[in-house]
Amino acid sequence: MAFVAPKETFAGKVFPVTIGTENEQTFGGENTLPFHAFEGEVPNRPLIAYEIQDVPPEDWPETVRKVYDAVGDDPVKWAKFCQDELKAKAIALRLIGTHPDNKDLSADDAAKTVSDVLGAVNVPLIILGSNHVEKDSEVLVKVAEVAKGKNCVIGKAQEANYKTIAAAAMANGHKLIAMSELDINLSKQLNILITQMGFEKERLITDPMCSALGYGLEYTYSVMERIRLAALAQNDPVMQPPMMADVGMYVWKIKETQASEETLPEWGGLEERAIMWEAMTASSLMLSGAEFLVMRHPKAVELVERFVDELMG
Amino acid sequence: MALTGVEIFKLLPKTNCKKCGFPTCLAFAMKLAQRQASLDACPDVSEEAKKILGEASAPPIRPITFGTGDKAVKMGEETVLFRHEKKFVNPTVFALEIKDTEADDVIEAKINDVVTSEINRVGQLLRVDSICITNESGDAGKFAALAEKVAQKAPDVPVIVATESPEAAEAAIKPFSGKNAILYGVTDANADKMVEIAKANKAIVGAKADGLEALSALTEKIKSTGVEDIVMDSGARKASELLEHNTYIRRAALKKSFKPLGYPVINFVQRDDSMFEALIAGLGVTKYASIVVLSSAEKWKNLALFTLRQNIYTDPQVPMQVEQKIYKIGEPTPDSPLIITTNFSLTYFIVSGEVENAKVPAYLAVMDCEGLSVLTAWAAGKFTGSKIANFIKESGIENEINHRELIIPGYVAILSGAIEEKLEGWKVTVGPREANALPAFLRSRAA
Ligand code: SF4
Repeated sequence: MAFVAPKETFAGKVFPVTIGTENEQTFGGENTLPFHAFEGEVPNRPLIAYEIQDVPPEDWPETVRKVYDAVGDDPVKWAKFCQDELKAKAIALRLIGTHPDNKDLSADDAAKTVSDVLGAVNVPLIILGSNHVEKDSEVLVKVAEVAKGKNCVIGKAQEANYKTIAAAAMANGHKLIAMSELDINLSKQLNILITQMGFEKERLITDPMCSALGYGLEYTYSVMERIRLAALAQNDPVMQPPMMADVGMYVWKIKETQASEETLPEWGGLEERAIMWEAMTASSLMLSGAEFLVMRHPKAVELVERFVDELMG
Repeated sequence: MALTGVEIFKLLPKTNCKKCGFPTCLAFAMKLAQRQASLDACPDVSEEAKKILGEASAPPIRPITFGTGDKAVKMGEETVLFRHEKKFVNPTVFALEIKDTEADDVIEAKINDVVTSEINRVGQLLRVDSICITNESGDAGKFAALAEKVAQKAPDVPVIVATESPEAAEAAIKPFSGKNAILYGVTDANADKMVEIAKANKAIVGAKADGLEALSALTEKIKSTGVEDIVMDSGARKASELLEHNTYIRRAALKKSFKPLGYPVINFVQRDDSMFEALIAGLGVTKYASIVVLSSAEKWKNLALFTLRQNIYTDPQVPMQVEQKIYKIGEPTPDSPLIITTNFSLTYFIVSGEVENAKVPAYLAVMDCEGLSVLTAWAAGKFTGSKIANFIKESGIENEINHRELIIPGYVAILSGAIEEKLEGWKVTVGPREANALPAFLRSRAA
């Protein structure tokens, strides 16, 4: 029996999304399963953005916080450090300080931070809220205006607040992240609601909700695979936006990135373990379909970029 | 490929004699097609039919047991390409490579790494399953000495003997004879001699070829000598090739019933940088490798790989819920705090992990809210004051604790009054909104 390569081609295709103005970045655009260049077209690498915050990273575990010791007190310094020293291709600014339980910073405070950061860097900017449904609709509307014309990514729109956020992204020429909780039907539903407002599906990014290795990774992994199969095999246009994995935030709050080797000798060195955890979560989710990732530790980013090099090379 | 009921029917005696317990041959054939009956039930079936049906019903990827005794591991038997369709069956085997050119102390340390690698994670014991000894020196005597040492220090660990030299294979396989070892390095050039050695020592044949066409031809050649248990290396080493070959192999076996590739796959992922190696190993775990060969087994790397393997090989059909009950974290006493949350499994994992982190023994009351998270359950009216009160009363926790204080998630602070109203004599304390604030919260109370 002679071997014949069982190639599979699909009718559907993931939309390519381009962000930024000066140093544009494009992700998505493939008509095949993740990294299946042997049977389809994979025109773009996944894009990894470095995460920064509007307030100092006090709650980030030591292993990653220390990287930003000299710059964490100022989002502008922090953004420049990522762009100039770490060679970030994109920066994700999380306005976590606006959360009522955090510093409860106002929409105006956030707008100032966004415009300062935009003035200081020329790589694409992703602007993320604090995930507080009401506060986000106030804050993200304001920052979308300030960033008008910069072709940013704004997020995240959820079922409870998508209307105001999507309208603001649309009016100011941004891309939009639509997030729902680990369910392909909820994802689809939200994308439909947003496109019904007149927001183009080609400008959307689907966030099916990230989970860290060991803390539900398999749920995110499988929801992503199902969304991708719906996009390719069923050619469902609502499921064709590229997918996001918000890796850093989920990884750097669990025990594996914090517990010392003294307390848990059987887990080995903390530094390697923590970086490994972020890199492994990211690489696994790329294999299930994530094209746009937000990460924190430069060493983890470097590992994952190398992984992509080998997969695309 | 699985036969249809009608195809099976054509092979049966068609006498409708009912000896199989079914009214007609056709009814029996239908049950066979659904794998709800066994061909043995028909006494009159022909030898030829048995052979055809036997081949057709063999699993598309051959099940193979590697090693013997408690540490033996199963491989193969997979049925799907995507884990949401059905559970991935036999978890990837991790093998640590030891070369016969490595210094004695390195060899000892590596054997020790494998022997002591076992850890417990959410109730499962996980370990580096196997050792792969490699004949890097090309010297048969050196290789045999390494084999002896491994057999002595890691007596029950399943072993891969990796060499392309029949002479070295002969020398090193001896200590593992009869133990379902893998003799890896069987190529088109050496197959005749190597297969004989594998057979004489009851070893699984590790076939190595360059590319999938050559590999298919090689496994057919090996099979024609009467060998059934084969693991396959397509020669892929780069990530892009590993993904391509592993995917094509799995698809060819499952979707095309292509028998020459219907065997477990072995991937060699060694890299100079151990962290990077772990990512390539992760590719093997997610994308269809039955064995992944590593060059080092540091504890932090093991933990990440074990966890990934556990995640990928869990059953996707099991709902994302945990059982409703009062879980004990640490060793709580009657004065330990009582915390309530919902039974969404992620919520449970995260909250219980954080309580563990706090190192304050506690009771965690996990309430059945149909697998919804706290906020969603509250919004859906499943996490309400009266329902919480009922659950607490019926749980019997009142007999186990001295106090009457219930800590609720910060997101549902609004429920305090309603719970206190329904749960007489109880005081409700509002805890933090996010689980990661629990350790500080619990510790400050305990102080
Ligand atoms: S025992 Fe065999 S021959 Fe008799 S009815 Fe059943 S299948 Fe047909």
